[in-house]
Amino acid sequence: MSVFKKIAIADLDKLFAKTSEKMSIYVPTDNKDGDAVYTEWKDGVKLSDAVNTLRSAKDFFFPQTENLAGFKLVGKTIEMYRTAEEKEDFVLFGVRACDVKSFAILDSVFLADPVDTFYAARREHGIVVALACNDANDTCFCKTFGIDPAEPGADVSAWKNADEMFFKANTDKGAAWLASVSDVLEDAENGEGVVADVKQSINEMMSTLPLSGLTTESFDGKNLLEAFNSPEWKDLSSTCLGCGTCTFYCPTCQCYDIREFDTGNGVKRFRCWDSCMYSDFTKMAAENPRHTQLERFRQRFMHKLVYYPMNNNGVYGCVGCGRCLAKCPISMNIVKVMKTVGKEKA
Amino acid sequence: MQEMINIMKNRAIELMNDGTVARVIGWSRGEFVYDMIPTVFNSVEDVEKSFAYSDFCGSNLSKYLIEQGSKEGKTLVFLKPCDTYSFNQLLTEHRIDREKVYVVGIECQGKLNYELLKKAGVKRLVSADVEGDTVTVTDAKGTYTLPAVDVLAERCVNCKSRKHVVYDELIGQSGEVLDSHRFDMVAELEALSPTERFEFWQEQLSKCIRCNACRKVCPACTCEKCVFDNDASGIATKANSDSFEEKMYHIIRAFHVVGRCTDCGECSRVCPENIPLHLLNRKFIKDINELYGEYQAGEEAGSRNPLVSYTTDDCEPDVVYERGGNE
Repeated sequence: MSVFKKIAIADLDKLFAKTSEKMSIYVPTDNKDGDAVYTEWKDGVKLSDAVNTLRSAKDFFFPQTENLAGFKLVGKTIEMYRTAEEKEDFVLFGVRACDVKSFAILDSVFLADPVDTFYAARREHGIVVALACNDANDTCFCKTFGIDPAEPGADVSAWKNADEMFFKANTDKGAAWLASVSDVLEDAENGEGVVADVKQSINEMMSTLPLSGLTTESFDGKNLLEAFNSPEWKDLSSTCLGCGTCTFYCPTCQCYDIREFDTGNGVKRFRCWDSCMYSDFTKMAAENPRHTQLERFRQRFMHKLVYYPMNNNGVYGCVGCGRCLAKCPISMNIVKVMKTVGKEKA
Repeated sequence: MQEMINIMKNRAIELMNDGTVARVIGWSRGEFVYDMIPTVFNSVEDVEKSFAYSDFCGSNLSKYLIEQGSKEGKTLVFLKPCDTYSFNQLLTEHRIDREKVYVVGIECQGKLNYELLKKAGVKRLVSADVEGDTVTVTDAKGTYTLPAVDVLAERCVNCKSRKHVVYDELIGQSGEVLDSHRFDMVAELEALSPTERFEFWQEQLSKCIRCNACRKVCPACTCEKCVFDNDASGIATKANSDSFEEKMYHIIRAFHVVGRCTDCGECSRVCPENIPLHLLNRKFIKDINELYGEYQAGEEAGSRNPLVSYTTDDCEPDVVYERGGNE
C-alpha cells in the first residue's frame, strides 16, 4: 500500500465535510476583497488558490487576545478562577511551509520551560495539514532560511497537481486524521511519481523568484555589536511610522502584553499581542527603554536576525513569508535590512 | 516620467548645494519597482545615489515635516496636490513652521495601487506609468495598457483636486479643484437602513487588527500621546477584545479629526485589511458641507473649520431628528 492518499480537487468538499463531522476544519478561502483568510469550513467554503493567507496561521495557536484568568470578590476573599476552556481538536488546512516553520519558532518560546499551557493546549489539539506551494509571490524568500516549500512538513503534507491532491502523514496525529477520513480518500499508487514531479516543478519555479539569491551572510551570529552599531539603522528607520503592521502580520512575532480589565463585577486578566514598534512596548517602571523609533526598529530586526539565532543554534527568527514586504506602509522591510546592514564596506 | 525624476533630483541637489535647504524628503526605490520608500536625504551624495520617484509614490510626506522641520535649517519636501492640503492643515494647527520648509509641488495624474495591479493579473512588474486614462504596464507578459480607473488608488479615481494650494515652486502643472464623485459611496451608505449600515461597518471594522497604521500615517493624528496609548485615559487598548472596541477606536479617531481631515486618504492606503476608513471621514466632511456650508480643510492655511467657529446660522442640535435620528 502506498504511503500516499489522494482525492480529486473537485471532491475536496467531501474531505472537508467528512472532517467537519467530528471537528472544526479551517480552510483558506477568498474574502470579498479577494484576500485569502482562514475560515471554518461549512458548505460553500472553497479552498483559495492564493499563494498565502493575508494573516499568518499563528492566530490559531497564539490568538491576538485571550483571557488568562478571572478574579472575583467572594465575601472578604478574592477568588481566582480559570477562564480558558479545554480545547477541542481542530484541523488547520492548507498551511504553507513558511507558516509551518513559524510554529517551530513559536514552540521554542512557548513550549520552553515554563510551558505556556494555553499555547500548548492548542498545539496539542491542532492538526496541521500543510500544502506545498505550486506558485509563489515576488515577496517570497523562504529558501533563504532553508525552508523547502516542496516539502512542507507538519502533521500531514499535501501536494497538488491540476486534478488531484495527495496526502502523506508525518505524525501519529496526522495519520489518525487521514484514517478518520479514509472513506473519501483513495490509495495513491502513483503518489510517489506524481509528488516527485510536483516537487520538481516547485523547485524550478522557486529558482526564478526575484529574491532567490538573498542570503543571510551579513548576519552570521558572530557580529552582534557590529550589526547593532551599524550607521545604516538611522536611515533605514528614519521614516518608519511606528505602526504594528509588520509585527502583527509576522508569523513568528510572539511578543504580548498582559493586562487586567475591570469588568464591573470582577477583574479579567488577559493578554494581547504587543509590538516592539510601539512607543509603549516593554514599558518598565519608568519608561520604554527604547526611546526612539530607530531603537525600536533595530530591535525587531536584531531579534529576528541576530538574538534569536544566537540563542537557537543559528535558526533565524524569520521564515521568509513576505507578508511584511507586501504590507509595510512605507515599503521598508527585513530584506532591505539584510541587504543594507553589514554591507557598508561592500 | 524619467524627465520629471531628473528635474526633481536636480532641483533637490541645486537647493542643497546653494544652501537653501539642509535636507530633502522624497522617495527611494525599495525592493521592487512598486516599493517606494519615503526617505529623508541628508546629503547631496544620498540624493544622487538613491533619489527615486514613480507613479507608486502614494505616500503623503507632509507629516514627516513635524519631525524633520524641527531640525536645523530648511527642509525641502515634494508634495502632490492632495498632500499640500495636509501641509496647510498642519500649518493651521501650528505643527510646522512655514519658514523652515521649502515646498516643491509636483504634478500628479494619480497614483497606482499595487494590490489592484496584482488582482488585475500583473506578475513580475517591470514598470507601470499613468498616462491620463490608461496605465502602461510592462511585466512578464509584455507591455500592455490597463484602464487607469481599475488600478489607481480609490482616492485618485475620485481625486478632489489637482490644485497645489501651497508651494514655493512647481514641477509640472498645477491643476484645478475637481468635481469628484468622492461622496457617492457615502450617499449609498446613507441610503441603507440603519441595520444594513451597521452590518456594513461591523463587517469592515471586524477586520481591524489594531496595527495603528491609519493613526500613525494620518497627518491629522499628531497628538504626542494618543488616548489609546495612554494608560491614564482608561481606554488604552493594544488590541480589540470585542466588536465594541473595534468600532470605538475608529469612531473616536474619525470624530477627533472632524473638520481637520483633508481627505488625503492615507488611512485607507495603509490599511492592511483594506478597510475603507476614508468613508468615515468623508461622511463627516459631507455632513459639514450640508449643515455648515462647503468647507475643505487645508484649502487655506489659518482657516477656522466650522466646528470651531460659531455663527448664528449654525444648525441646531435637533437637526439629528430631521435627519432620521431617534428622539
